[in-house]
Amino acid sequence: MSDERLDAEELARLRELGQRFMRAVPHNNALGLELRAVSEGRAEIFLPYDLRLVGNPETGVLHGGAISALMDACCGAAVFQALRKPMAIATLDLRIDYLKPAAPGRGVIARAHCYKVTRHVAFVRGVAFLDSEDDPIATSAGTFMLGTRTTSRTEGAA
Amino acid sequence: MSTTHPWLRQAIAEARAAGDPGRLAAAVPYAQTMGISLLLAPDGPHAGELLGVMRFGEHLIGNPVLPALHGGALCALLESTAIFQLLWESALSATPRTIGLTVEYLRSGRPVDTFARGMPTRQGRRVTNVRVEAWQDDRSRPIAVASAHFLVHSDEEPAKLES
Repeated sequence: MSDERLDAEELARLRELGQRFMRAVPHNNALGLELRAVSEGRAEIFLPYDLRLVGNPETGVLHGGAISALMDACCGAAVFQALRKPMAIATLDLRIDYLKPAAPGRGVIARAHCYKVTRHVAFVRGVAFLDSEDDPIATSAGTFMLGTRTTSRTEGAA
Repeated sequence: MSTTHPWLRQAIAEARAAGDPGRLAAAVPYAQTMGISLLLAPDGPHAGELLGVMRFGEHLIGNPVLPALHGGALCALLESTAIFQLLWESALSATPRTIGLTVEYLRSGRPVDTFARGMPTRQGRRVTNVRVEAWQDDRSRPIAVASAHFLVHSDEEPAKLES
């Protein structure tokens, strides 16, 4: 299913669903995450700088946990964009490497690419950066379980 | 490179003097925002052990349908608990810097309080490896586990180790 290209109409529909999904997740809203761009299997999310998310009050640098949550959300959004139809997903595992600290006063951009979807599992990698993807502050690799349990018949995701 | 932060030294000293590790967590804005704190296990086989706790709040929800906690929130609890534990239980002068972590999500996090505890698997001069588990009602059924490694330097090993 993953090697069939989505047509423009389907992609637009998934993009809209992705944006609705972002806004429907309370923790994404609590972090102020903004879904900025999506394409097939790809997502870009912005984490605005916020004093409430600082880990070290002396340096003003964002806490690693906020970067982790950004990565988790962005990887999940990329998986969502790779699916032919909306379904519940759940993170199986997520590895994050911190290459350097974020900069005080600066928001962070994350990009993720879901590069393989099988019947049950989606594989995704991501990067977080300030100015350029070539100068990352963190990289990640994750796997997501597809079609996980829901208590409702509408779409949902974790 | 890692430096000694006076605010952190002060927060640790005050928390130790008061016998209340929660004061250490309260000094970190992100932990406060998330509802992540620290407590000493009150009784049972783990009495006196430092635990991370993330008090449930709607802002932690990642799947409003189930509902379930956000994977990123659990990741934050695991990472924070490991760092706080290193600060509380070791003679570190600087904030441990996370090199990397791998989180495995075992069960969906229900909308209740979540606890965490780390077990250092190797404590080296420069790097400490920690395995952290998060659970809700039943400690023997973790909902997420992480292996994390941190760049540290102890009071006994001063700046010469840092490049």
